Amino acid sequence: MAKSKPSRPSSPRDKRGASVSKIGWGDRLQAWSSHHKTSALVSLQKLLATPLQSLMTWLVIGIAMALPSGLFLAIDNVKTLGERWDGNPRVTVFLQRGIKEQAALKLRDKIEALEGIASIEYVSPQLALQEFQASSGFGDVLDLLDENPLPPVYIVMPADRAVSTEELASLSEQLQAFAEVEFVQLDLEWVQRLQQIIAFSQRFAFLLGFLLSLGILLTVGNTIRLAIENRREEIVVVKLVGGTDAFVRRPLLYTGLWYGLVGGIVAWLMVLVGTLVLMGPVRELSALYGSDFSIQGLGFIEVLRLLLISTGLGLAGSWLAVARHLHLIQPR
Amino acid sequence: MIKFDNVSKRYETGYEALSHVNFQIDHGEMVFLTGHSGAGKSTLLKLIMLMERSSRGQVLVANQNLNRFGRLQIPYYRRNIGVVFQDHQLLFDRSVYDNVALPLLVAGFQPRDAERRVRAALDKVGLLNKEKSLPITLSGGEQQRVGIARAVVNKPPLLLADEPTGNLDPKLSAEIMDLFEDFNRVGVTVLIATHDLELVQRLGHRELILKEGKLIHGGDADG
Repeated sequence: MAKSKPSRPSSPRDKRGASVSKIGWGDRLQAWSSHHKTSALVSLQKLLATPLQSLMTWLVIGIAMALPSGLFLAIDNVKTLGERWDGNPRVTVFLQRGIKEQAALKLRDKIEALEGIASIEYVSPQLALQEFQASSGFGDVLDLLDENPLPPVYIVMPADRAVSTEELASLSEQLQAFAEVEFVQLDLEWVQRLQQIIAFSQRFAFLLGFLLSLGILLTVGNTIRLAIENRREEIVVVKLVGGTDAFVRRPLLYTGLWYGLVGGIVAWLMVLVGTLVLMGPVRELSALYGSDFSIQGLGFIEVLRLLLISTGLGLAGSWLAVARHLHLIQPR
Repeated sequence: MIKFDNVSKRYETGYEALSHVNFQIDHGEMVFLTGHSGAGKSTLLKLIMLMERSSRGQVLVANQNLNRFGRLQIPYYRRNIGVVFQDHQLLFDRSVYDNVALPLLVAGFQPRDAERRVRAALDKVGLLNKEKSLPITLSGGEQQRVGIARAVVNKPPLLLADEPTGNLDPKLSAEIMDLFEDFNRVGVTVLIATHDLELVQRLGHRELILKEGKLIHGGDADG
């Protein structure tokens, strides 16, 4: 396309009058990308020019994002706690206290005769006491006891590792039927309960996340609406000199994007600080339970996801405001 | 360049701002549009700018029927028209240079190309030394000249002005009109709405007179 040659407006032109300035597609593309750059930069500068106001919005978004992500992180951590036992079901059979060794051995044969048993491990009362003393932290207290309060225990491993909970339940019923057995405990029970709690918490976290996302959309939307009001005059002039809707929209959308992105970073920092603060106490607590469990913070993918979601929400919020309010501003 | 074919404009309130207006302005003409306030001058300009749409009849600009323009095409259409307003419509949070450069920025000019054009436009209106100033620091006449520089920076074939001398004293008004005549001399079609009859008579260009929405002088049907 012909570029109009450099000339002052007053220079003589052809007889038909001044021609419209033409711009080539390459130039347009370059102008488009450069306007993107300027819009991004200028909108960020504008946010930083009113630091207190921007910080408030960033904090609101940060908190709204940090709550559900912190909750999800906590759930993930608890999940790993449950998964350690997950694929390893076993049934603990407590025998009658004071049972004769002979009777206990007889019972072992009976149990082994049952279907679907992989192995049986015998824990004598003495062994159990030693283990308990080592791991519970109640060692000193146990020393005060005259006699060993612990019964002998068989730990029964089902042959099928992926045994269903129904099968396990029926196995434990069979075990419970033996007279020598005082009490049967499915180690899976607490895992099941944990999983129920996790499922519940996850749904709760999703609900919370959904509501807070809605909050972010409205917050950003309202902030952008105010920005549109403040720039009404500018928008009118830009439209008068031939600015497209996209041109007017661009800086506003970038503003929303910055709200979301920086808000996401704030949320990440909040979760990070929370994790660091809790890490020490949790490690101490789990050490008390004889576990080497420690909190896992947000991984790279999770941080990326957090930032993407918050940026997306910021962008969507500003888009909503722009779509609703921008077309109402027309030159009059 | 501009052709009004039996154009009427009735607002939603029922007020008829223009009724059965017929006229034609040729390429390279300079025309004054006069009439009392409320006679429909602004409405007529708004129809050309596509800020309003006609209720009846057709407005043609550069042989294009404005009724056919969709909302999305309006910005591209407006880039071919320079407009000067009585109240300047400058942006007070940016420099004179940035104000004048706005139409080029919007149209996607290269910065270097834009810079040359802005300088040329500012030079033409005699404000090259004020490019870094904020509009608020300028006098009324200077602000109006910034508005004119912005209107012509894109070298539009058509220049509209709505009461461009409304707030200026006679000497400044004459200077502004000189500028418009300069642009007209290089081929720009100029349409100026004004109530400054003395100025209009002195300059002696063709005159369209509106009265209560009707064209009473200078139109096609005018005998």
